[in-house]
This record gives sequence, structure tokens and C-alpha cells, in this order.
Amino acid sequence: MKQYEEILDALYEVLKPFASEANKQLDEETQLVADLDIDSVRLLELLMEIEDHLDISIPLNRLPDINTVRDLAVSLQELSE
Amino acid sequence: MRRSIFDKFQYYANLREDVARLDANPFNVVVEQVLSETEAIVNGRRTILAGTNNYLGLTFDPRCIAAGRKALEEEGTGTTGSRMANGTYAGHLALERELAEFFGLPASIVFSTGYIANLGILSTIPGASDAILLDADSHASIYDGCRLGNAEVIRFRHNDPADLDKRLRRLGDKAESALVVVEGIYSMIGDQAPLQEIVEVKRRHGAYLMVDEAHSLGVLGEHGRGLVEQAGVEEDVDFIVGTFSKSLGAIGGFCVSRWQELEHARYAMRPYIFTASSSPSIIASTRVALSILREQGPELRKRLWDNAHRLYQGLKAFGFRMGPESSPVVAVTLGRSKDNALKVWHDLLDKGVYVNLVMPPASPTTECLLRCSLSAAHSAAQIDAVVDAFGAVSGKILEN
Repeated sequence: MKQYEEILDALYEVLKPFASEANKQLDEETQLVADLDIDSVRLLELLMEIEDHLDISIPLNRLPDINTVRDLAVSLQELSE
Repeated sequence: MRRSIFDKFQYYANLREDVARLDANPFNVVVEQVLSETEAIVNGRRTILAGTNNYLGLTFDPRCIAAGRKALEEEGTGTTGSRMANGTYAGHLALERELAEFFGLPASIVFSTGYIANLGILSTIPGASDAILLDADSHASIYDGCRLGNAEVIRFRHNDPADLDKRLRRLGDKAESALVVVEGIYSMIGDQAPLQEIVEVKRRHGAYLMVDEAHSLGVLGEHGRGLVEQAGVEEDVDFIVGTFSKSLGAIGGFCVSRWQELEHARYAMRPYIFTASSSPSIIASTRVALSILREQGPELRKRLWDNAHRLYQGLKAFGFRMGPESSPVVAVTLGRSKDNALKVWHDLLDKGVYVNLVMPPASPTTECLLRCSLSAAHSAAQIDAVVDAFGAVSGKILEN
């Protein structure tokens, strides 16, 4: 099982370029679509990168509940259990 | 300000405004008069139809029309009921038997549309304790079927057996009841699934495999049974789904399976139960179209593929960005500018050529596409006219 902080760090790493492009600070409350302006196609590609990084698969069924960086990190931690 | 229930459609409202500047809407094209399998009056002009999925060109076949007309006169305009109630006529059962025989498989179900076939199978066969692994570029009906059901849904990278392998491995024991879903020919850019490699992966994990042959039935394989036949993996595919609305020139859908148990699931499929069955005339013309596919398939396929190669090579020569292989679906990638995509599409229509304009999120990437589909009924002169029309707008296509 991966630590929440470890997952959060991995997410910050992957999301950094988007935050810098959108000129936003990254934190747990950052909204993936609204704040980082990531369109749906790019978001799905990004999730695949994160999945590979953590060696897990995120079921599509979970996506409607994921809005913020924290939502994603919590979901990833649950899936890594 | 009061929140409106329509706020969420602002993106589409903006798109409507963009297309309103043109005198034709790519998402609401009106075919004013049908002239033949390949020509119609659109926007007051005689237009070559190069985006209709009418692969074998059977929509005006006199034998199909005669069968449809006879059924219309003898059995009426519609069944007015569900397959499960009063909507199963002898023709529906005969078509199920004929499809099973054509594929050499024991189980077959006919649905009212291809969309409903995917909804029925994917929402019902895999249950809450199962997983579906679908190719990322799958058709919306596959995604929607998954959403309607309770299975865990996982995407794998398009046409990437190694990625599928990795995701099946991550499922552990659950991989044994997982259903892998791919398409024979992908509808947007016309590429084919690497089916032999996918079969190898699914075998290794003991998973099930469904292939949607919507765009490959009648188009691929020695007998027209699709990519499953062409790849020689008929023993390894658990479910084949398809449609009557492309090569068979009507509307409707089906699933055939090597599992007799598919029959048990029939009455658990809400999309099968809670919709009216196909009209007798549709079933009658589809049955004849299937028999034509069996008897004249090789000749029709040769004409279709000759046309496909002719268009693919003709467009490739302009240096356009295109799909990886020649196919009855030929797509030209335009770039991200929706304005430019609308202009190019409209210019082609002005030159008497109709193709499909595909914009994100319907396109597989963030870029727009011009999607052509060929027919055995197109003449070489029509294909050359389509190529010429693209040539005339090549500057706008290449500037992206």
C-alpha cells in the first residue's frame, strides 16, 4: 500500500506542467478541470500516465467522483491497497 | 442570477453559433433528396455521399427493396412491441438463425439497433463482480453500455496489447471473468485491432473477448465475417457484436456467441426488453442483404477495397496526415482549429462532396477529422471527384 503523501508527491510531479501553464499554485484543493484547464481527452491520457507510474488501474466508474487533486490522491490510495 | 438547467450546454450553444455563420450545419445535414446509394441533393446541390458507411452499397438493391415492401404489405409498418412481448415475429427468429449459421456459432440475438446491442451485452453480461477492459478508442455505444451496467470499467491504450496485458495482470484473479472489448475496424480513422496479439493476451489471462464488427462485417474476411475471420481467431472470440445499419443497408444490431448461455441472458437485458423490436420490413431487407453478402460478398468487397485504396492513395499524395492503413474508412486529420475545420468541411460540400466532420470529444484526439467512408457502389469517377475536391482545399488542410 502506498502512503498518501507519496501519491500526492507523484501527482504534483505529473501536474506541475499544467499548473505552470495555467499559472496556478498546486495544492490538494486544486480542481483538475476547472483550475488546470485540462480537457477530457488530455485528462484521460494523464490518468494513464499516473496509472503506469503507480502500477494501478483507475476504473472509469470512479471518475465522476474525482474533481480535486485530493479526490484523485484518495482514490489512488484506496486502489493501491 | 438564477441557475438554468441548460447552463451545461453552453459549449454546444457556442458551437451552434459558429456553425450558424455557414449555410450548412455539419451536425444537422439535411439530405433533401436521395438520388442513389452514393448521391443526393444536399443544400440544393447534387452531392457525392462519401460518409455514409454504406460499405456494400445495398440500400437500393432491388431484392432488398422487394423483400422490405412485401413484409410491409403483409406484416404492417411496425411490431409495436418488445421482442419479449408481442414483437418477435417469425422473421426475427429466422434472422437470428441465419446469423448464427453465417458465423457458425450456436447463439444469436437480434436487437433493434447496433447501439442497443452494445448496451444490452455490456450492461448485462459482465456483472458487479466482473471487469470490462475496453480499448480507449471504443465507440460511444461501448462506453454507454459499460455505464449502464455495474462492472468495473478499465480503459487500455488504443491497439496496445502490452497495455492490456498489464491491466489484466493488475486485476489478479478477477482477470478470469474480465471481458476485453475491441473493434474490428475503428470507426474514426479506420485502423484495425491487432486481434491475434489481443487473443494471445486474453488467453494468457483466461479472460473473455468481445469484438464489435460494426465497420468490418462484410468488409473483412474471406466470407465477410469481419476481422475475427480475417485474423483466424474465430475459436477464441466469445462475443461478436454488429449492426445492420452499415454493410447490410438497414438498421438493427446483433450479438452472436460461441456460448449457448447467451440465451439465458436475453431476458435480463433491459435494452432488449424495454424497446420495440425492428419493423418486419427492416428484418426482411436485412435477411436478403445477409444472403447477398454471402453470395456476392467477394465481388462487392473487391469493389469496396479498390475504391478504398484509390481514395487513400489519392489523398495521401497531397501529404495529408491520415490513418495508418488503407481502409473503407479514410480519415484526414485537420488540426485543433474548429473554425478551420468547419471551413474546410463546408468548402468540400460546396464542391459537391459530403464527408463527416468529427470534432473533439468525438474524435480520438484533440484534433478535428474529416472522415470519409467508401462504398462498393461508388464509381472510380466519383472517387476521383472526391480526391479533386480535397485537392482544391488542400492548402487549408495542410496549414494546420
